[in-house]
Amino acid sequence: MTEVLAEAIITEPHPATNKWADVWRQFSHHKGALIGLLFFAFITLFVLIGPYIWTLDPNKLDIRAKDMRPIYTVLWNGEARVGWNHPLGTDNLGKDLLAQLMQGGRTSMAVGWTGMVLALFIGALIGVVAGFFRRLDGPLMRFTDLVLSLPILPLLLVAVTLFRESLSQMLGIETGMFILIVTIIGLTSWMQTARIVRGDVLALKEREFILAARSIGTPNNKIITRHILPNVLSPIMVSATLGLATAIITESALSFLGVGFPPDFPTWGKQLADAVPRMTEYPERVVLPGLAISLTVLSVNYIGDGLRDALDPRIRGR
Amino acid sequence: MLTYTFRRLAMSVPTLLFISLAIFLLLKLAPGDPVANQPLTIPPEVRQKMREALGYDQPLVVQYWKWLVQFFWVEPLVLTDHIFGTNFSDGKLRILSWQHRAPVMDIVVQRLPQTLWVVGTAYVVAILIALPIGIYSAYRQYSVFDNAGTFVSMVGFSMPPFFSGVLLIVIFSVNMPRDSFWWFPSIYDTTLRVTSWDTFQAQIRQMVLPVMVLALQITSQLSRFMRASMLDNLNQDYVRTARAKGLSEWVVVMIHVLRNSMIPVVTVIALGIPTIFGGAIITERVFKVNGIGDQLIGALFASDIPTVMTLTFIFAILIVVFNLIADILYGILDPRIRYD
Repeated sequence: MTEVLAEAIITEPHPATNKWADVWRQFSHHKGALIGLLFFAFITLFVLIGPYIWTLDPNKLDIRAKDMRPIYTVLWNGEARVGWNHPLGTDNLGKDLLAQLMQGGRTSMAVGWTGMVLALFIGALIGVVAGFFRRLDGPLMRFTDLVLSLPILPLLLVAVTLFRESLSQMLGIETGMFILIVTIIGLTSWMQTARIVRGDVLALKEREFILAARSIGTPNNKIITRHILPNVLSPIMVSATLGLATAIITESALSFLGVGFPPDFPTWGKQLADAVPRMTEYPERVVLPGLAISLTVLSVNYIGDGLRDALDPRIRGR
Repeated sequence: MLTYTFRRLAMSVPTLLFISLAIFLLLKLAPGDPVANQPLTIPPEVRQKMREALGYDQPLVVQYWKWLVQFFWVEPLVLTDHIFGTNFSDGKLRILSWQHRAPVMDIVVQRLPQTLWVVGTAYVVAILIALPIGIYSAYRQYSVFDNAGTFVSMVGFSMPPFFSGVLLIVIFSVNMPRDSFWWFPSIYDTTLRVTSWDTFQAQIRQMVLPVMVLALQITSQLSRFMRASMLDNLNQDYVRTARAKGLSEWVVVMIHVLRNSMIPVVTVIALGIPTIFGGAIITERVFKVNGIGDQLIGALFASDIPTVMTLTFIFAILIVVFNLIADILYGILDPRIRYD
């Protein structure tokens, strides 16, 4: 009997591995998620390292070289003004589109990541506290429901337009705007995370290993950090991807409506908005930033989809 | 169920009060002067008088109370007067928009039809498209159709409306020849009155692009939801029983499974209805539909505080009400769910 069992263990196709290797194996089976990850890595490198390779200043005005078309326009229009010094063309003030895309991407990504981290932090905190301490559960979840029934986009707009002036005066236009937008995104998108985390913590709290930890005298804060948090990491990671996607979209929507960053500070949404009046002649100025936003968000959404499958133990190993 | 409904109704009163207070405080605590937009030639003492006339020198509690009275007492009175021809509201002060110098509610009534038409149509179209897609992709899970559907819905909620809208404009109203059937106007003409077949056609044509943008978004979310819900049900034992009884596949899927899967989907549809009234701010902006959402943005830029406050609060009321309706619907449709 033991021999048979031992044999079975030896002939197991996958040797015993740790959890994250399993997760990765499942994740890499999800083709969309893999492509999404590759693209996301590419776009991150593009905005992070790009400006060091393509060193043109995105805000440099070069009025002689204004309104140049992207280099690929030559394929169907031989007379278009193109040049390798501006591979994606220039705008109506002669700013280089490629450099602007990189700079704009930096802003959008920075806002997206910080807003997402803030939202996750608030959400995880409220979720864990509500799930772990029974007395706080009622009030905190009531509060979450309240915030969920606020009309988010109108309030975002109201808050940004109302506080823009004073924060800009205090911290300088760019930092002020950045902090304002990130805070607002963080404060308005933590609710889903809080709900999911609370549900998981409630279930975890009744498990034996928590009882064991408690019976050897582990204090509450250690139980939370050592035993609860690692176990709710998967839902947090999945909502992180969703949060990143929403944060990027929200930032560009604000910029598009004209309540985001100041005019000379490029972000993808603002580039798109600025290009709309002349999109008939220069469609690429709308399409390129729009594609950048959409593809980034698409890749993040696919990563989230893959992660959800990979982190779900019921699906993993199939 | 009735007790639950009453309890929830009672709960929604403090919720709404809290929300109104939050919106009120956000607007009041924000730095900014209500008369900052007035000409610089106005002397300071007149400016001060203007502030007093707007009630800005009174304590916040008084201002909040006055707003509450106007919103919950005067405006409903105006409505009853309008319907029954009474005159309860004579001489009472209504919420006035600073921008239009007219009651905010009158503006809302003017703007609402456009929003309802465009966003409502988009919602209906989206439901009609999303449900069959969701059903079929769940029935043929991991088929080519399912994968394509997944991809399209992923694209649908990754593409922000200001990009998809602009893209559609470039394709259908810029690059399309003007006399082609596929040419659609990019600007929504609100003055158009539908009186004949031609104007009706024009109305439909100008609705096509905004409806497409909104429907893409709503469809992608709903079809994912429908698919997930169908998948949950398709593997249940009662489906095997139904098949074992020899029921036809159509009856099994479209009657047994679909009816059970529709329960959560119906509530999700109910939850989405406030967005119809709240308007799609960005889409309305892109296609210049002068609906509610467009009005909100306009009021914000003109720092027309009463309008902003009233509109956001109306959105909040709608969200709370439809949350309640969704929960009650859930209880009615699914007898397994008991709230008490």
